[in-house]
Amino acid sequence: MSQHDVDLERFSLQEREVAQALARVNVRDVDYADIYFESTIAEAVSMEEGIVKRAVKSISQGAGVRATAGEKTGFAYSDELSRRDLEIAADTARYIANSPQGETPVGVPVTHRPAKTRNLYPLDPSNADVPTRERVDLLTLIDQEARRYDPRITKVMASLNAESKTMMVATTDGLRVGDVQPLSRLQVTCIAEDGHHRQVGTFGGGGRVGFSFYHEEARARSYAREAARQAIVNLDAVDAPAGIMPVVLGGGWPGILLHEAIGHGLEADFNRKKTSAFSQLIGQRVASEECTIVDDGTLPFRRGSLNIDDEGIPTTRTVLIEGGILRGYITDRLNARLMGIPLTGNGRREDFRSLVLPRMTNTFMLAGTSEPAEIIRSVNKGLYAVSFGGGQVDITNGKFVFSASEAYLIEGGNVTKPVKGATLIGHGPDVLKRVSMVGHDLQLDSGVGTCGKEGQSVPVGVGLPTIRIDEITVGGTSA
Amino acid sequence: MEPSSETFTTLAETLIDRAKAQGATDADVLVAEGDSVSVQVRLASVDRLSKAREKSLGLRVFFGKRSASASTSDFSNESLDQLVADTCELAKAVAEDETSGLPDAAAMATDVPDLDLFDPTTLTVDQEIHLAQRAEHAALNVDARITNSDGADCTSAHGVVVLANTRGFVGRHRSSRFALSVAPVAEDANGQSMQRDSWYTVSRKYRELESPESVGEIAASRTLRRLGARKVGTQRVPVIFDPETAESLLGHLSGAVSGYALYKNASFLLGQLGKSIAPEYVHVEDNALLPGKLGSRPFDAEGLPTRQTMVVEKGRLVSYLLDTYSGRKLGMASTGNAARSVGESPSVSPTNFFFHPGTPSPDEIIRSVKQGLLVTELIGFGVNVVTGDYSRGASGFWIENGEVAYPVEEVTIAGNLKRMFQDVELIGNDLAFRGQLASPTVKIREMTVAGQ
Repeated sequence: MSQHDVDLERFSLQEREVAQALARVNVRDVDYADIYFESTIAEAVSMEEGIVKRAVKSISQGAGVRATAGEKTGFAYSDELSRRDLEIAADTARYIANSPQGETPVGVPVTHRPAKTRNLYPLDPSNADVPTRERVDLLTLIDQEARRYDPRITKVMASLNAESKTMMVATTDGLRVGDVQPLSRLQVTCIAEDGHHRQVGTFGGGGRVGFSFYHEEARARSYAREAARQAIVNLDAVDAPAGIMPVVLGGGWPGILLHEAIGHGLEADFNRKKTSAFSQLIGQRVASEECTIVDDGTLPFRRGSLNIDDEGIPTTRTVLIEGGILRGYITDRLNARLMGIPLTGNGRREDFRSLVLPRMTNTFMLAGTSEPAEIIRSVNKGLYAVSFGGGQVDITNGKFVFSASEAYLIEGGNVTKPVKGATLIGHGPDVLKRVSMVGHDLQLDSGVGTCGKEGQSVPVGVGLPTIRIDEITVGGTSA
Repeated sequence: MEPSSETFTTLAETLIDRAKAQGATDADVLVAEGDSVSVQVRLASVDRLSKAREKSLGLRVFFGKRSASASTSDFSNESLDQLVADTCELAKAVAEDETSGLPDAAAMATDVPDLDLFDPTTLTVDQEIHLAQRAEHAALNVDARITNSDGADCTSAHGVVVLANTRGFVGRHRSSRFALSVAPVAEDANGQSMQRDSWYTVSRKYRELESPESVGEIAASRTLRRLGARKVGTQRVPVIFDPETAESLLGHLSGAVSGYALYKNASFLLGQLGKSIAPEYVHVEDNALLPGKLGSRPFDAEGLPTRQTMVVEKGRLVSYLLDTYSGRKLGMASTGNAARSVGESPSVSPTNFFFHPGTPSPDEIIRSVKQGLLVTELIGFGVNVVTGDYSRGASGFWIENGEVAYPVEEVTIAGNLKRMFQDVELIGNDLAFRGQLASPTVKIREMTVAGQ
């Protein structure tokens, strides 16, 4: 199904009803208003102790009506989709415009649908809805594969989540555009025990893909082995070092560094409000010359990609940092208008219950020229971190953390012992100035990232080549 | 709300009958409905205003030892027929699980105590705007160095939950929640660095909210005191967690004593039941029956009665937190801690989970430290509940000779939770319930602080 197959009939509504609701909200002081319609079907199965014992399905639909006037936003949502519900929502949304009841609405333009553009995630419909039996079989295969990896694997847990979100946005500037957005994720957790220690390893992947993705290139099996390998490696982990030292980050998921250290700080809302540590740094050096960083929502099948954002704007590739110089912010309609800067197609919301915010899509650093092995050899004493859990940032003071779940000591240019998990902490506007080597091995993550902001979760991607950071604080216990 | 919750009870019972007609041996239904009004004010004018009303319904069916769940927000007859059919089909596709099944009929809660969790007060949008404006105004006027605001939020919400099952339980309970918060931004005199902090008040009762002025003033003083923060050297020192950050230690503890973590061998407290995990002056209680508190609930998500459970008594781990399934896995009875979101099978969560207060005041605890860190904010997810390994980003204050010396940022604190609970040296007298988890000030004998 392509994005253009979505129309109002999908939501049992007619253009006339939607136009009336938009007209009702479009009073004099309102700059812009939209109605976001959504219907999402989500299914999950999970396995533990070798059997698939949990299966859930949820169906959720509704509409959110929003109006903006100056810096103000009025918003209401309902899980009913009747004309009456839309009108109540519209009355709430326009409350912010200080307009008396009965004021004459300003006419809305004739509707238009944008010309056909692209489909970043074309799915064979037969692939989208596989029998539960096949999903159960996949998880069973994972259990066997992980246990086969090493007899010290004592518990294997795996889950498969798949959803299909159908969305459509109708705006006061006449836009009517929709999209069908598949999203899937397979996650494996293994516990390893050797009589002395117990450890955990997790790995997963996915994207805007169908079920067959996990069988292609034997991905399901490789996720199982990777989770098992990480748990086994960590059985021998020694205490992590504490203090400032050089750190080499491996490719792929360690790109969470970029997401936390600079990505959030470059979201337009914080910069309009001047509450970001990056406010007013456009055009200035915030990273070494080696660093060029982009946010790209247009990569096919990627977890963070979208044909259009939740305001109907096609996603783009935005250069955030070019050769170390801060170039731009990522925007939604409200903040782009108020700041007088371009739309980047980053207006996203978790669902119809949530307000649009400027959010990242897939954020990564472009490849450099260094040989990854050379980067490791360049460090006498430091840390080599290849796998991470979550991270977080304080936008205002710029301090960010991200926590390694698989890391090794580097001693005399060689990777030696595995160390226990440790949090790395730094200052966003400074940390990338200390990136002295960038590898040629750019890798994107396997498709498991979820970003939280103001209580809303959206799927995102990250990516990184192997890089060397000359100094950052490592939060181990071994002082 | 009253009329619809009656309707929901009927609806739940009807769905159970329909599931049984499809051959289900057991079933339960959870229906939730709520409405909310929230506003955000920034620099005195309205930034956001939102209103919502929503509902959802979850059905879980059992075919012998197979089970599945499904949920929908569409309550039309057609949609509910589809829900029953889908759920039954899913259940037939999963494996038999010997442990699965509803609790025994005899164990079900027979009365639903009134825990005083509902305040019918409805706030208008204008009232909320005014409350938020007052809180922000108070914050902005404390000091000239408060130069900006990330906004003040006010929200009010009411909800009703109905649970019914084939073992004879039907219960419903209503609750409300009111909250007000503000996040001011302060700038150094030279304009070189910014800090943001916040403060909030939250309650089930509107009249129990703290005054907007006091919320604003506390938020401003929390923000101002962070200005000029710096790193400290890497070293092992005593670490004091203020009540807001000490709550997170209870979060890790409640995760580690959850039956699900235990039967999956995914807890650092595996095999510790009956053993000493902390000094003898440490007591941790879970209590669902405290009137008016945010974690209270009159029955759990399986329809079992809720209760008071001592989890740590005189430093000994005396109980896990369990629902029926995880209890059966461990050969124990449920502790009435089942929780679930609509359309999910139950899991375990604490209710009101708190350290019993000790005798020293927070000031006395600070005075007990020669060199150390007072932590007032933690960021990141560097906690491994399987091993207990702990490493998080922190900010707070350096303590020198029993006095707060200067603000600290960009450091980590690290240790292992097993050791940290054994190393609890002092527990303050300042217990206040501001959420489901509640802690007084807590001093840990020694942790690694990593900075310079």
